[in-house]
Amino acid sequence: MHWTTIIYCGILTYMTRFSMIFFLKRDILNEKTKKVLSYVPSAIFPAIIFPPIFLNATGSIDIDSNPKLLAAIFAIIVGYFSRSIIVTILAGLASYWFLIFVYYQ
Amino acid sequence: MNNRLKTLSNGIIDVSPLMIPVVPFGIIYGVIGMELGLSAYMTFGMSIIIFGGASQIVLLQLFSGGASSLVAITSVTAVNSRHLLYGAVFSEYLSHLRLTWKIILSYVLIDQAFAVSNIYFKKNKENEFKHYHLLGAGFTCWTIWQISTILGIVLGSVVPEELGLSFTISLTFLALLINDFRKFKNVIVMLVSGIVATIGYNAIPFQAYIIVAALSALLVATIITLIDQKKK
Repeated sequence: MHWTTIIYCGILTYMTRFSMIFFLKRDILNEKTKKVLSYVPSAIFPAIIFPPIFLNATGSIDIDSNPKLLAAIFAIIVGYFSRSIIVTILAGLASYWFLIFVYYQ
Repeated sequence: MNNRLKTLSNGIIDVSPLMIPVVPFGIIYGVIGMELGLSAYMTFGMSIIIFGGASQIVLLQLFSGGASSLVAITSVTAVNSRHLLYGAVFSEYLSHLRLTWKIILSYVLIDQAFAVSNIYFKKNKENEFKHYHLLGAGFTCWTIWQISTILGIVLGSVVPEELGLSFTISLTFLALLINDFRKFKNVIVMLVSGIVATIGYNAIPFQAYIIVAALSALLVATIITLIDQKKK
């Protein structure tokens, strides 16, 4: 990792925040574009979530006896009902630790 | 109380509950940065220069996978492209301000600050100092994020690797989506993104799987939106 990479990332991130406030006088983005942009988290976060859960150390898909997968499913269920970010993370982490330190030992 | 101060403190108070998950998130980020072998300066520097939790963690993950700078920069920008939406929504309320204000407020326009200030702006269109709300909310987020990053950096040197804390990356992003689990269309978009990324992880060169997966999922989101509009 280089400082220049970080600085470029910082500048571009800043521009995503600044550009619209600076350039738009009125609401130029139409409803369709806004609707599509509202899907951005749903479109990007799973790409970060899925691979480390489904792929094992050798890079092949692992569905049997996969503690991360089970813990993630448990976290989804807890998140669905609790609607709390922190409770979801803790539920996933606690069940993951239970699986790797107790169940699979 | 002075109207500016009152609006500023409203911003601080409104955003405070949202800081509860930010603290562990910042700690996780700091811990993972240290576990991946980044220097403390670099880990903390990212929090100051980029100031965006999700994208910083993506950067760490790509860095550990050996991604090139170009892919890292593109992925971070893709993750943060949602801020375009925030800016577009806020331009209505902030376009009359001086450039200095726009420069300062843009730096702290993050998810949590947007969420609370958007509610405030809608209700207080008449308040001529309403931008102080975003200032208060934004810099509260900033302060909490920097402090929790430092906590994570300190803890990172003592937390054992066996705890598998890198799994919290997946968990954190999963938790950020909980409000969308109930929306069927969002779930379809999520599945497209996740499946493309998992299959593409090895198949797509240069660790560009996040970008390819996100673009595929956004294409599906666009199709869903267009179909929806036709129905109306």
